[in-house]
Amino acid sequence: MAASSLVSKRKIRESAGDRIFVFTIYFILSLVLVAVLYPLIYIASSSISSPSAVVSGKVWLWPVDISFRGFQTIFKTPLIMTGYANSLFYMAVGTLISVTLTVMLAYPLSRKTFFGRNGILMVVLFTMLFGGGLIPTYLVVKELGMIDSRLALLIPNAIWVWQVIIARSFFQSAIPDELAEASAIDGCSDWRFLRSVVLPLSKPILAVLVLMYAVGQWNAYFDALIYLKSDKLFPLQLVLRSIIIQNNSAGAMDISIQVQRAQLAELLKYSLIVVATLPVLLIYPFVQRYFVQGMLVGSVKG
Amino acid sequence: MLPGARRGTLELAGKSVKKHWQLYLLVIPPLLFFLIFKYVPMANAVLAFKDYNVIKGIWGSPWVGLKYFQMFFENPIFWTLVRNTLLLSFYQLLAGFPIPILLALMLNEIRNGRFKRFVQLVTFAPYFISTVVMVSIIMLFLAPRLGFVNIALQYFGFAPINFLGEPDMFRSIYVWSDIWQTAGYSAVIYLAALAGIDPTLYEAAKVDGASRFQKIWHVDLPGILPTITIILILNVGSIMSIGFEKIYLLQNSLNLPKSEVIATYVYSMGLLNANYSFATAVGLINSVINLMLLVAVNSFAKRISNNSIW
Repeated sequence: MAASSLVSKRKIRESAGDRIFVFTIYFILSLVLVAVLYPLIYIASSSISSPSAVVSGKVWLWPVDISFRGFQTIFKTPLIMTGYANSLFYMAVGTLISVTLTVMLAYPLSRKTFFGRNGILMVVLFTMLFGGGLIPTYLVVKELGMIDSRLALLIPNAIWVWQVIIARSFFQSAIPDELAEASAIDGCSDWRFLRSVVLPLSKPILAVLVLMYAVGQWNAYFDALIYLKSDKLFPLQLVLRSIIIQNNSAGAMDISIQVQRAQLAELLKYSLIVVATLPVLLIYPFVQRYFVQGMLVGSVKG
Repeated sequence: MLPGARRGTLELAGKSVKKHWQLYLLVIPPLLFFLIFKYVPMANAVLAFKDYNVIKGIWGSPWVGLKYFQMFFENPIFWTLVRNTLLLSFYQLLAGFPIPILLALMLNEIRNGRFKRFVQLVTFAPYFISTVVMVSIIMLFLAPRLGFVNIALQYFGFAPINFLGEPDMFRSIYVWSDIWQTAGYSAVIYLAALAGIDPTLYEAAKVDGASRFQKIWHVDLPGILPTITIILILNVGSIMSIGFEKIYLLQNSLNLPKSEVIATYVYSMGLLNANYSFATAVGLINSVINLMLLVAVNSFAKRISNNSIW
């Protein structure tokens, strides 16, 4: 109450210079807003416009001649649907593996009674500063027989050091050592303590880990590019690349293709972008706070 | 260390392992992960000093000393790669580093909670767009004939431009699309730092009759300086590891003179041309320069401001 009356008092006293200053800020931020929003709206609008409207540049802001032919084509293209199913699989299984391994490492490292935790932490952190590089890593994956197998997208990048850091600092602050000691005296094993005390108390950090790994896995394409060869294993991002990017840089100027098919191909690109991004952007407003939390937990202790 | 103390430590370790054996069991799989996928590749990097032979394997292949390093340094492409990598990174740093700070400072001045939250929500959103989709969007918007930007240019009577075919446009396209995508995300950390500034400082500034700009200059900026320093160190430390993923997708034969960087060169030499030893040597040089940069910036920051990442 006191704070709000203070604010209103200050508003009255605000000088002309300050008011111009604030107005300028509102103006700049509005421009930023438009610059970020406009491309997103344009793509969404294009994806549900008619193919000819998209190609002839009739779409400026809102959809023109609403049609869902782009989406219909997507659902009738086996390559895209396989990619979608693959991506869902990689996201679900990959996230499960990653979160499990991250907790298995981060929890013991957060306990003061765990001897050697600083040494292990150094070993883990060092991999952030220096790495063997692309080819040496590729050869390890090859040696393990993971080339052109689903495992190649699930295992070689399963643990992100950053996630270990944020999980560890969460456990350190949320689970006091006294609690662990008291449970140990009551005869509770470390394993049972982790399962029935730590994990239920750590839902916020588990949400952060799950979301960050899931989005990372959904958006990744590099590992698939280097490790996979057969297209039945390709995640959606790699399918997108071959349809949108490679086609575009190849013969987009070829006029000899049937006009209609070319128009549909152009529309398909917008629809594909929407289909690939919508799941993430739809849940994002509800989970934004977890991402923010993840960034901040890590930056405090990192 | 005294012998007695060492025995004490060992005893302590033994006790800890005995009592908490379950915790030690838990860390084994993750540690195996780091051993196999991070440390074995580091050891495998000796490949750079050997002539790789598929049958003999990494350790059986003959040593060749610095042959591949010399080959790279003597190759005329060496300077092009280093220049492309550094120029792109510095451009990225120069433009991409201050903008999130400005965005956070501006957002912090907004008292209307709903407008502020909406701007934050919208500017944060592009962070979730994948690299492939981001490059797809860039290509669709900048396409020579059907792209939105060229349609708009023609509408206002300008000649269309083949943006992605112009080598000189490459860096700007890369950097500004990156800012579009990540400025909102990066601003979050500064907003949190701004929220943590002691409110009494603002009251003192008000009593002294400070204007809003003076308040930003004398209270906000010094308040977030430690955060700025840390982020700067991290950014400089990753200068040589500038994102392969996006550059690779944006590359085409026309913009290659400006878009070929060390990371993409390693990929095309190593995986596409199966020149394993040479590509490993190039990658190793890159990692070492990167590490040295990080150490240098960190110690510099430590000396002048007491803020460092270790």
